[in-house]
Amino acid sequence: MEVGHVILGTLSGDRNADRVVPPTGFTARLTTLTAAAMAFLTVFALALSLAAGRLAVNWNAELAGTSTIRISAPEGQMAAQSEAVLEVLRTTPGIASARVMSEVEQRKLLEPWFGPDLPFDTLPVPRLIEVLEKGRGPNSAGLKLRLSAEAPGAILDDHTRWRRPLVDAAMRLWILGAVSILLIVGSTAAMITLAAQSALAANGQVIEVLRLIGARDVYIVRAFVRRFTLRVLFGACVGTTLAMIWVFFMPDAAEEGAFLTGLGFQGWHWILPVLIPPLAAFLAFWATRWAAFYTLLRLS
Amino acid sequence: MFLYDARKGEGRGIRQKAGQSLIKLKNAGFTYGGRDILSEMNLHLQAGSFHFLTGPSGSGKTTFLNLCYQALMPTTGTVQIFEQDVRVMTRDDIAKMRRRIGVVHQNCQFLDHLSVRDNLMLPLVVSGRKDEIDQSSLDDLLSWVGLTDRGNALPPELSGGERQRAALARAVIMSPDLILADEPTGNVDWEMGQRLMALLVELNKMGKTILVATHDLNLIRKVKSELSARTLRISNTKLQLPGANL
Repeated sequence: MEVGHVILGTLSGDRNADRVVPPTGFTARLTTLTAAAMAFLTVFALALSLAAGRLAVNWNAELAGTSTIRISAPEGQMAAQSEAVLEVLRTTPGIASARVMSEVEQRKLLEPWFGPDLPFDTLPVPRLIEVLEKGRGPNSAGLKLRLSAEAPGAILDDHTRWRRPLVDAAMRLWILGAVSILLIVGSTAAMITLAAQSALAANGQVIEVLRLIGARDVYIVRAFVRRFTLRVLFGACVGTTLAMIWVFFMPDAAEEGAFLTGLGFQGWHWILPVLIPPLAAFLAFWATRWAAFYTLLRLS
Repeated sequence: MFLYDARKGEGRGIRQKAGQSLIKLKNAGFTYGGRDILSEMNLHLQAGSFHFLTGPSGSGKTTFLNLCYQALMPTTGTVQIFEQDVRVMTRDDIAKMRRRIGVVHQNCQFLDHLSVRDNLMLPLVVSGRKDEIDQSSLDDLLSWVGLTDRGNALPPELSGGERQRAALARAVIMSPDLILADEPTGNVDWEMGQRLMALLVELNKMGKTILVATHDLNLIRKVKSELSARTLRISNTKLQLPGANL
């Protein structure tokens, strides 16, 4: 409540307080430009982070509930072993369903690597059984033992060795995005603090006159804070808008290139970049306020 | 506003009681770089009085004035301004105290990007009282210091004498209890110096307490011929009692 009062009081401000600080063209433009650039980068870091988070969740969900059994057996035993595997799966707890993948499906899976003209009949392609799990899934170690007894050519692949590195990679990308946002926030705060200190130092005479005639610190600080907050707010609005337009016109997510083309916002995530300008203004407010009070104390 | 109130003896213009000490120094001293600039200073500056502060260049007159509005803190002894010990004043207390003191420096500073009118208004603006003065009162004040035609000029466009008079106008717009002037005639010719002194004398007759640091003895003698002004002299870091020989 108190914080809100301070912020509103400063931003609504009084025009006379604003006028006591002489206009500074170049510094003002530089602050606005930097705020715009930082907001632009933040939008992209946010998009990267959210896309990576989505990937981690999707990959985890898609691969976690399924497993595959690969049967490599002589042509004459393939059908018998497949039937034996299906029988084992039927009596295994944690299995929702299991089915032998058709030749067409297997061809489709191999097509990206071997092309459409693969001589499927002449190659010893193993048979694949897709298993959908339920609950916590089957006991992998127990299932492997039963399969080796009933169908020696059957190998269970529960996707763990695929899932873990993919999810790890996606999580690291998410962390990279989050760290980037933190670094941008820190750099922005440092930039605003330096700019505010520089502005205060450049206006030493103004401060001296104001103190001589009885201006309280808060009055002097307010004149600088209001100016910097509004500059940063304007710059962040411009940067965020440009970045959102850019992200909006990026290619949609497609199955062929799920990650690179999925770098965007989905659903309510579009609200998040809209929060960047007010958050940047909030950051500017406190950074300038701190810098101004600190400088005034140091000057005295 | 200021002139109107003060001439009638009404309003904020007369806040201090006669005989009340506005500034009290008890064994106050100031040391800088291991050297005593001022030492063992004792003074009660009474309301409504007119004091000159003299002494050779570098004797510490400006330092003394700075102690009187808390631009400097005494390194020894105590200084009380409006009966408040400066050592226990908060920064806000200091700001509020300075609104009761008008200061005129030899090299007076203004906000160069604002007009003379806006500069004069500043003390009222920073204390949230800008509505208490209207344009005619401001014109009255400008006229009183002889700057009727210079209200819209920027400070860098003013001559030395005009700057001093503008500084005096700014110092009195809040109708302060005490006016401190540091060599107000230092940058102006004799005639302008007399004019400035006449303004200070007029303020004193309205009830304001005046302390002027100057080494212009002729000016002091002239003022003393018009009213009962006292002279303080700083010599060898110490303040000599009122009435000391010039």
